[in-house]
Amino acid sequence: MKFSSRVVVVPQENIDTDQIIPARFLKVTDKVGIGSHLFEDRTEFQVEKGSQVLVAGNNFACGSSREHAVWALADFGFKAVVSTSFADIFRQNALKNGFLPIVVDPKTHALLKPGTLVTVDLAAQTLSIEGGPTVTFPIDSFAKTCILENLDELGYVLKHEAVISAFEKSA
Amino acid sequence: MKTLYDKIWDSHIVVPETDAPAILYIDLHLIHEVTTPQAFTGLRRRGLKVRRPDKTVATMDHSIPTTSRSLIGFDEIAANQVRTLAQNCKDFGIALYDLESPKQGIVHVIGPELGVTQPGKTIVCGDSHTSTHGAFGALAHGIGTSEVEMVLATQCLLQRKSKNSRVDFDGRLQPGVTAKDMILALIGKIGTGGGTGSVFEFMGTAVRGLDMEARMTICNMSIEGGARAGLVAPDDTTFQYLSGREFSPKAKSWDEAVARWKKLPSDDGAHYDHSITIDVNALEPMITYGTNPGMAIPLTGRVPQPQNDADAAALKYMALEPGQALLGHPVDVVFIGSCTNSRLSDLRNAAHLMKGRKVNSSVRMLVVPGSYEVKRQAEAEGLDKIFKEAGAEWREAGCSMCIAMNGDAVPAGKVAVSTSNRNFEGRQGRGARTLLASPLTAAASAVEGRVADPRRLGGLS
Repeated sequence: MKFSSRVVVVPQENIDTDQIIPARFLKVTDKVGIGSHLFEDRTEFQVEKGSQVLVAGNNFACGSSREHAVWALADFGFKAVVSTSFADIFRQNALKNGFLPIVVDPKTHALLKPGTLVTVDLAAQTLSIEGGPTVTFPIDSFAKTCILENLDELGYVLKHEAVISAFEKSA
Repeated sequence: MKTLYDKIWDSHIVVPETDAPAILYIDLHLIHEVTTPQAFTGLRRRGLKVRRPDKTVATMDHSIPTTSRSLIGFDEIAANQVRTLAQNCKDFGIALYDLESPKQGIVHVIGPELGVTQPGKTIVCGDSHTSTHGAFGALAHGIGTSEVEMVLATQCLLQRKSKNSRVDFDGRLQPGVTAKDMILALIGKIGTGGGTGSVFEFMGTAVRGLDMEARMTICNMSIEGGARAGLVAPDDTTFQYLSGREFSPKAKSWDEAVARWKKLPSDDGAHYDHSITIDVNALEPMITYGTNPGMAIPLTGRVPQPQNDADAAALKYMALEPGQALLGHPVDVVFIGSCTNSRLSDLRNAAHLMKGRKVNSSVRMLVVPGSYEVKRQAEAEGLDKIFKEAGAEWREAGCSMCIAMNGDAVPAGKVAVSTSNRNFEGRQGRGARTLLASPLTAAASAVEGRVADPRRLGGLS
């Protein structure tokens, strides 16, 4: 997984999941077209289509567990969000959808201006900034393998059926 | 020497953590209409069954009406989602407490009420406020829909162990100060990302002195401090609450369970990665002024100077000025409800202040019990009459105005004092301005039509 894109920046800290996708759009039973409501009530963010990398302020996607937040970002066309930190549940949800929560230090974060061209290389775990540094980012090693090799986490756990059954008997 | 978290974690390891996360066994999976439909679609696509329907409990709470218990004439998209849950539960053999059930309610209210929430269990739900159940010494946290699908299919979750933080609330609460004020004080101190990557364990004399409902209020908002889970070690208060509940162990099994549960509290000298102490002796009722729960101040305080653009944007959204006092700020809506503060003790607190008083003519007040059972008990005590005679709306159980998915919303630009958990922009309705506070502060504000100090209305002990 390697891609280059100009970034879109939503500079605020603590952008919560209600900002990403307001609750009134959670009444659906599928994921179709959910990206059309991304940041629906935050028009001042001026997030337009065409970019694959969103840059957001610290503690991105705090709040609710709604996976709709990831679905909306991905459906809109993003493949990664770069921030200085992410809420735990969002990070898990993102990785399960092959969507990258990329953590960088504040100095690197400050280099990312609207329109900055970046290249994300998951295998190398690097974010390269055009005319700037290439930095490495941490990512859960298991999630990385799953995304790169297109492995299915549920399939992985299902393979442990015998161990799960044994655990249930012993409990 | 292990912490409570260590003990629950260790006893649920199916496959230990290696390069891959641990496979953790889940004892109880709570589900609701909003975060499950796509998970069931996934199961059907793979031709999988629900592995343990007997460890899965469903209810309807988020998108349901609270004006009546009927979907007739209700928002068709929401009604479809509610019916989808009913169909999924029927197809996969899952017990469902639907709108016709006397056990229906907010998922985090009915779990404890039914006695399915128990010490030492691992509990998950596609809802971030699953942390509530940690009040019983259960490891409980929110999960996304992909994880819901995994738990439905395997009764397991892929997890890496979190860090463990201890939060000591020491001292004695003053009259008019409650669990809600304790947790708002903590989040105000550490911020909404302060607990990211951690599980909190709440302890200290002030926590020991709280009843189960108050402990639930504290654990409920762990996630607002960034921690997926919050725990309180089980004690006699816990056992007393659970004794005799529908799904609590009975007779000999009860004695065995209590003996097991008594071994759960953290060992003396167990290691925590981080520790925070809050002295509650001087704690005042708390209220939020901004657009995340970390933006909290004492009720008698003043709106602080913004430290960054986000703070400034929050104040602009809230139409508040730095240096402004919140006491006396005009209020349009008061909401008493949500998985944070909709239990019987919350309603009793609010009713105690409302008795013989009227909701100010400028205020619309909604009281939404957390479950059908809470509603029944409140009505048996006559609390509904106190609210209705005061001029408040007395509703059916559900999440209601906390998340405003069902039409119960705060109009744009209006100010609400709310006992719920999130003051995010638009959370209670597009353009709504939320001030989070305790049921006591909410009730006092409803009476005065302005943000009011419950201690000034008197009669609090």
